[in-house]
Formats: sequence, structure tokens, C-alpha cells
Amino acid sequence: MEPMTTTIRLQREAFDVAAETARMTRGRTDVGAVVTFTGLCRADENGEPIAALTLEHYPDMAVAEIARHVEEASARWPLLSVTVIHRYGRIVPGEAIVLVATVSSHREAAFAAAEFLMDYLKTRAPFWKQVEKPTGSAWVDAKATDNAAAERWSVPPPRRHEAAK
Amino acid sequence: MKLLYFAWVRERVGKAEEQIDPPAGVTTVGQLIAWLARRDEQYAYAFENPKVIRAAIDRSHVRADAAIAGASEIAFFPPMTGG
Repeated sequence: MEPMTTTIRLQREAFDVAAETARMTRGRTDVGAVVTFTGLCRADENGEPIAALTLEHYPDMAVAEIARHVEEASARWPLLSVTVIHRYGRIVPGEAIVLVATVSSHREAAFAAAEFLMDYLKTRAPFWKQVEKPTGSAWVDAKATDNAAAERWSVPPPRRHEAAK
Repeated sequence: MKLLYFAWVRERVGKAEEQIDPPAGVTTVGQLIAWLARRDEQYAYAFENPKVIRAAIDRSHVRADAAIAGASEIAFFPPMTGG
């Protein structure tokens, strides 16, 4: 069995989801499920229109923190490949901010791991958003709902290994 | 030790990083925040509500009671809004 492959990138530039999933599955015969989540910049924040958002980040810690959570995901679920790409810098409405892609033999692991990683990215990855509004720039506040979402993963599910059919 | 500041903490303090030498009595993250807040008005403003300040020692999240001894890098920032 091949070891799980992990790709974690922080970058300014846009990413190509199809290219990433093609890379993750190329040459493998054991892939049954590919799940991707793409987070986009909306044109509004808290009901107010925004012109853009700018993401500040703590580079070394962001990579370390994402890597820790990918490792935790791979301990909880049988994953074949995981990619997390998080952009920083100025991003305009309609553009993608983050990609979480998970590959597994059966769909349960890919779906669950993608949601788990996104819930943790929202609360523990050191990025901070600032929005540009007509009235000026403002820092976005963290949401209580995001913290609640992350907390529901605190009790690990019993480990389930995919049974060969 | 090196201190790093991010987002509005960085804006209020007025710098992104600095080297400091805390006095002997400052042994935890919470005590360090209190010590920083007493330095001047900018620090006081940045740390006026310690409950919303998050910290990381050597790139891992820590709580206010974490010991700072041996840390090479301590970062202070607001709750995160990535993803």
C-alpha cells in the first residue's frame, strides 16, 4: 500500500482544482472517491458589500498547523491523498480562497476528512481577513458558529477501517 | 525572545515583531500580556481585552497559563478568520 500523499501550499496566486485532483489520482488504481471543497470570496460580509478582502497570515505556523490537522485526519480516516491550498494577500469577490481535496477508496473518509479539515482551518489556521468596504477597511470577526463546528470533532469517532468488499 | 504580532494586534502595537527580555517574575503567557500592556498606550490598547488575544509559542497554539521559559518565538493575534 502506498503511503498517503500530502500537499500543503500557501500562495498568492489562484489555484486550479482540476489540475490538483488530476495530480492526486494520477496512476492510482485504488481511488474510489475524490472530494473537493473550494471556499470563495463572497461580495458581502455581514450584509455589507465588500470590494475585496486581504488575508494576512503567519507563514511558518500556518503550514505547521495545517500539517498537524492533515496528520490527525489521516489517523482518523483511511485517506490516500490530501491537498490543502490556502491563498493570502488581496482577493476579490468570486475568487477562490482555499481548497481542501481528499482522496480515498470509499466516500465516507473523503467527505468526513474534508469537512473536518475545513472546520479546523476556519478556527485554528493563522490567517486574518480584512475587508475593503465603501466606508473603509475593517478586520473580520471570528464567528462563534465556526468554533462550534470545530468543537464537534473533539470526540473522535471510533476508528473505522474500510473493509475490502 | 522574539515576539510577533498579527492583524489588529500588530496595528495597535505599531510593529510586526520585536525582541524582548521579560523580567524574572513574568513566567506565563498571561503574565507576559499583562507586562506588555503596561509598556505604553499602544500596548495597553492592543491588549486591553486579554480574553480575545490568542497566543502561539514556537508556532503552536497555547493558553494563557502556558510557561514562556525556553520559547524562541511567541506570537499574539486575534481569533483567526482563515478558511
